[in-house]
Amino acid sequence: MWIYQKTLEYPVNISKPNLKMAKALMAQYGGPDSELAAGVRYLTQRFSMPDNRVKATLNDIGTEEIAHWEMIGTMIHQCMRNASIAEIKDSGLLGYYTMHGKAVYPADPNGVPFMASYIQATGDPIADITEDMAAEQKARATYEHLMQLTDDPELLNPLRFLREREIVHFQRFGECLEILKCIVAKDPCRLDYSRMGTFCPCRENNTSCPQ
Amino acid sequence: MANNMELTECALKNKIKEMQFVCVELNLYLDTHPNDAAARADYLCFGEKLRALIDKYAELYGPLQNFGHTPTNTGCYVCSDWPWQ
Repeated sequence: MWIYQKTLEYPVNISKPNLKMAKALMAQYGGPDSELAAGVRYLTQRFSMPDNRVKATLNDIGTEEIAHWEMIGTMIHQCMRNASIAEIKDSGLLGYYTMHGKAVYPADPNGVPFMASYIQATGDPIADITEDMAAEQKARATYEHLMQLTDDPELLNPLRFLREREIVHFQRFGECLEILKCIVAKDPCRLDYSRMGTFCPCRENNTSCPQ
Repeated sequence: MANNMELTECALKNKIKEMQFVCVELNLYLDTHPNDAAARADYLCFGEKLRALIDKYAELYGPLQNFGHTPTNTGCYVCSDWPWQ
C-alpha cells in the first residue's frame, strides 16, 4: 500500500504568475510523456516482471514519478494562482480557464485529456522495459524544451532536478534490460518466466544474472 | 520450525495490516473532524502501536517500506515477497 509524506521531493516556490509556462508544463502533468503516464506505466508493468530487482525498480521509480507529478502540479498551480482575468485572456489559457478555472487538470498543453492509451503493458518484460527507457528519454527531451522556454530560476531549478531524474531512471532501466536479456536468453520462447527463478541476494542458488 | 517462523511472520504482518486499517479509518475521519479530541487520541494511540509493530517486523524479518523509512540490516527489500505474489 502507499503512504503519503507531506513534502515535495524538491522545493517549488514560484512567486509570480506565468500562464505561458503553466500551459507548457501541462505536457508533464497530463501529456503522453508526462509524470502521470510514467507512474501509471511502471506501477502497472510491475506485476508481470520475472525478476525481483526489476519489480523493485518499477515499484520505486513508479512511486517517485507520482512525487514528480505532484511537483509539476504544484508548479502549474503556483504559475496560475495569482493571475488576473485579463492575464488569462491574453495567455492562451482561455479554453482551459473556461473548462477548469484555476484547477490543475491532467491534460496536455493543447487541451487533450490524459489517456491510458499513452502507455502499454505487453506482458513481455523486454518490450515493457524498452518502452520505459524510451519514456525517460522523451520526458528528458520535454524538460529540455521547457527549460528553453523560460529564464526564471524559480522554474528552472525544479525543471533541472526533474530532467536529471529522467537520466537516472534511464540508467536504472538500462540495468533492468541487461538483467532481463539474461533471463530471456534462458527461455528464448519467453513462455514461462516463472521457471527461470529470480535473483535473491539472500540465497546462494541465484538463477538469473547479472548479479 | 520454518513453518512456525513463517506463521509468526504472517501473523505479525496481519497485525500490521489490522492496525494500519484502524489508522486509515481514523485518519479519514480526522480529515473532516480535525478537532475531535477523542479521535485524535485514538489515532495517536493506534499510530504508536502501528509504528512499534512495523519496527518489530523490520528487526525480525526485514523492511516493509522503501526510501529509507524502515532502516534495518535484516532481510532484503528487493527479494522478500511482493504483495501480489
